Order: sequence, then C-alpha cells, then structure tokens
Amino acid sequence: MARRTSLPVRIGADLVGIVVFLACVFPVYWMVSRSFLPRNRIKGEDPVFVPTGGTLDNYRRVFSDGSFTDALVTSLTVTLLTVGVALLFAFLAAVAVSRFRFRGRRTFILTLLVIQMIPAEALFISQYKMLDGMSLLNSVIGLTIVYVASVLPFTVWTLRGFVDGVPRELEEAAMMDGCSRTGAFFKVTLPLLAPGLVATGVFAFIQAWNEFTLAVVVMTDPDKKTLPVWLVAFTDSRSRGVDWGAIMASSTLITIPVIIFFLVVQRRMVSGITAGAVKG
Amino acid sequence: MARGTARRSHLPLGLVLPAALALGLALGYPLVRQVVLSLQEFGLAQQFGQAPEWIGLGNYRELLGNGELWPVVLRTVAFCFVNAGLTFAIGLGLALLMTRMSKVTRVLTQCGLLLAWAMPVVAAMTVWQFLFDTEYGVVNWLLTALGGDFDGHSWLLDPWSFFLVATLVVVWMSVPFVAFTLYAALTQVPEDVVEAAQIDGAGPRQRFVHVVLPSIRPVLLVVVLLQVIWDLRVFTQIYTLQKAGGVSKDTNLLGTYVYTLGIKGGDFGMAASAAMFMLLLTVVLTAPYVRMMLRQERDA
Repeated sequence: MARRTSLPVRIGADLVGIVVFLACVFPVYWMVSRSFLPRNRIKGEDPVFVPTGGTLDNYRRVFSDGSFTDALVTSLTVTLLTVGVALLFAFLAAVAVSRFRFRGRRTFILTLLVIQMIPAEALFISQYKMLDGMSLLNSVIGLTIVYVASVLPFTVWTLRGFVDGVPRELEEAAMMDGCSRTGAFFKVTLPLLAPGLVATGVFAFIQAWNEFTLAVVVMTDPDKKTLPVWLVAFTDSRSRGVDWGAIMASSTLITIPVIIFFLVVQRRMVSGITAGAVKG
Repeated sequence: MARGTARRSHLPLGLVLPAALALGLALGYPLVRQVVLSLQEFGLAQQFGQAPEWIGLGNYRELLGNGELWPVVLRTVAFCFVNAGLTFAIGLGLALLMTRMSKVTRVLTQCGLLLAWAMPVVAAMTVWQFLFDTEYGVVNWLLTALGGDFDGHSWLLDPWSFFLVATLVVVWMSVPFVAFTLYAALTQVPEDVVEAAQIDGAGPRQRFVHVVLPSIRPVLLVVVLLQVIWDLRVFTQIYTLQKAGGVSKDTNLLGTYVYTLGIKGGDFGMAASAAMFMLLLTVVLTAPYVRMMLRQERDA
C-alpha cells in the first residue's frame, strides 16, 4: 500500500527507524561489548562506548567453577527431550486433526485453543505439588513433563497448518500409482513436511531454552539449575560484588544459540503465531 | 478420505492419544488438583505429612479479607493494560512507518527489531539491570552527564521507578512481535482497493479508517489479545528485578504473589486460591478472543 510517499514523510519515517534500530541494538551491543572488557574498564569512571582490544577473562570466569557447564548440560537435556517428545506427539495429533474427521476432533481443537490461554503462572503451584508427589522435583524428567505440555498446544497448532498445506491430491495420486495409504504418506507427504517440522522444532527449542518460571519452581536444587535459573542466581550472588563482565559473558553465551535459531525461523514465526491464532 | 475414516476409525483417536494424555497429566490433573488445594488448609504441617483439612472457601475469604490480594490484582491489571497499550501503540505506529521508510532504513529497523525479539528474557533482564545499575549503569551516567543528580541513584527501591524499568523492558521485548505482525498484515492490504478509494476522493485518514483498518482487523484483534494475555502473566521480569534489589512487598504482580505465598512461604492452600484468581482474570479478559476463535472454528 501507499506507494507514493512524500519526501518529508519519508525522511521522518527514516529518522524514527534509525532511532528504533539504535534502541533495539544498544542493549545487545552493550552486552556483547562488555563481555570482552576487563573488569577495571567496566567499572571505570566513564563508560567505554567503543572498546578497543579485549579479553576472554570474563568467559574464563564463567567456566571457572563448572556450574555453568552443569547448567548447560541440564538445559540441553531438558530442551532436546522436550523438542523430541513434543514434536512426535504433536505430529501425530496434527496428522489426525488435519487428515481425518473423527468424534472428539472439535473438542480436541477447542481444548488446545483454551489451554493456550492458560498462563503457566496460574498452574505452577499444583504442578509443583504434583511433581513433588511423584518425586520428580529437581529432575530432568519432571521439568520435561511440564515443558512438553506447555509447548504442545502451539506445536500441534503450527504443524496442523503445515499438514493442511500439503494437498491431499498428492497423496491420492501416489495411491493411484499403487502406493498404500501409509506408503503414500511417508513417501509423499512427510518429505514435504520436513521444513515445517524443522521450523516447529526450532520454535519449541527456543521456548524451552528460554523458559524461566517453571524452571525456577521445579529446579530448586543448586546443582539442578537450567541456564536461565543459573544466570539469575549468578547475577544475584552479590556477596562477592557483582561481576558484570562475567554476567554479560554468560548472557551472551545463552543468547547466541537463540539468535541463530531465530534467524532460521523468523519468516515462518510471524505468519505462524497469528495463523495459528486466526485460522480454524 | 471417507474410505479411510470408515475403515480405521480408531486410528485418528490413537494418533491424538499421546498428546491428549500428556496435556491431561501435566495440565488437566494439576488444574483439578488446584481447585481441591484451594479449598484446603495446606501449609507447612501438611507438607510434612499431616492430612490436609477441608476449609471450604476459607482460603478465598482470608485472601480477600487480609487486604493483600486486591492491591496485587489491581497492580496486575494496571500493569497489563499499560504495557499492552504501549506495546500495541508503538508496534502499530512502527508498522505504519515501516511502509513509508526507504528500503535501507526498513531493513535496518527490522534487523534491530529481530535482535530485540530474539533476546532470551533472562539475558535481556541482566543487560537492562546492568544499564540501570546503581553504580556502573550507563543510564545513571548519562542522566548525570545531562545535568541530573543520578549519581548512585537506585531505580528499584521506589515501586514507581521499579515498574518504570519493568515496563521499559517488557515493551522493548514485545514491540517487535507486534510491529512485524502488523507490518505483514499491512503489506497484504490490496493496493487497488486503496487506490480506488483514493480515486473516489478519500483522504489519507479516511483511507486508513475505512479501507486499511477493516482489512487488518482480524490480525489487530489477535495481537491485542495475545498481548493482554502475555502482559497479564509477566513473571520473570518482576522476579529478577525484585531479586536485584526491589522491594517485593509493593511490587508483586499476581504471578510473583502466588510464588511468594506457595513456593517461598509454603502455604499451598492460599497460593492455590490466589492462582485461581489469576485463572479467573485470564478467562474474563480473554473471553472475547476465545469466543471469536470458537466462531471461526465453527465456520471452518
């Protein structure tokens, strides 16, 4: 829309764009640049805006006591388990919802919709009690159980969109050519779904990797922290003075995989969230 | 497809089963459990094995009676509306401006937005805490350089400036989604319709109100309601800012309030009934959205 934009309007819009760009980038720039600055330059009288020369000392301190690595392992395990299980369950459900008409289908879809509205913060008390009763507090399995449930609705929803996008006629054509129904599905539909599965999996990965609320509730044991919980505790350990350099270094490390993944799926993400929400 | 359905009517149910069981176990059962819990006296003694006692609506009465809940609920709703409103206004403004920018600036703006969007919430929190740090924060340095008296100023002690910082972070993180989504919707508005309106003599404002706005209405609705849901449940930002030196008593929102009552305080009965309020609030505020979805699902 609006092909003809007058020059003053364009210049004004450009200026706002540049301000927004700076406001978005500055905190990220600050995080990354501080992570390479030695302690005395972070705590100098005036902030260093354009740092020259750097050090890896901050990163060394992050890894020094091994707690970051422990949290990294916990985070990766929980995240990958969540993605694997959620993707499998969601895929099966998405195929059912997209390719079959069956009793309870509508109820299932509507339940997913409603569940998506429930904030984790409104249920974590009883989820905590439940996991406590199952002796699954501070366990990777326990956290994975609640994570799978929290990413499932979105995952089913998105995958359903992708399955809908593969024309049935393709499957039917393969069946005409002598494929069984299952064979047609695996040989024709599944390969076409691969990009959708990757995008959905990446999205679930980001959600589980970033999740904080349930992690802080379920993983109370200092040895069982996920990275976000570890980072908050690390920032909070004021007894030895706040080590901003190391905090920025670890924040950078936690951010890197998310940024990479985000760039992979961002196009689909914009359409995905609203498409999932708008279409029936 | 009719053939398959008739022959293998149990297959689709089997396919749905794992997902349904997972949701039932991790969300359905806790939900029921929470209702039960909210009707029981369930404190530390019960944690150590004593049988919980049924007290009917006792928890709810105490919650409403002790004067703690209402301020928290009001604060939560106010915080939600302010943040959702700001995010929406800025996001929509930015989306409109993006249609007017030169290509280079637009790409630049989108890169920036993408970066802010991609930041994990805890990482964003540590950076913003650092920016607003009492001693080494660049905000204090800048305001002092500009002539203010902000040397050693603590932003988190006063509830108002605490929420100012929280709002800044929440809006910073949420605007990208709104801006991208609305921009995508704006580019879908059919150009010939806008042009036809122009030929018919409609000015820019009329074209926006009568042509552009109606055609992006469904997306607008979804964005607003998602934003309300997300801002109603803000937890991480408040939790970390409280840890970083805020006073938690006057800064609790519903999420952190439930956490304080239950996980920290061990009073699970009270926490459960406070959580029920949060659930109720969510239902009330999202009812229009759900109804809209139900209608679309029926039409589909």
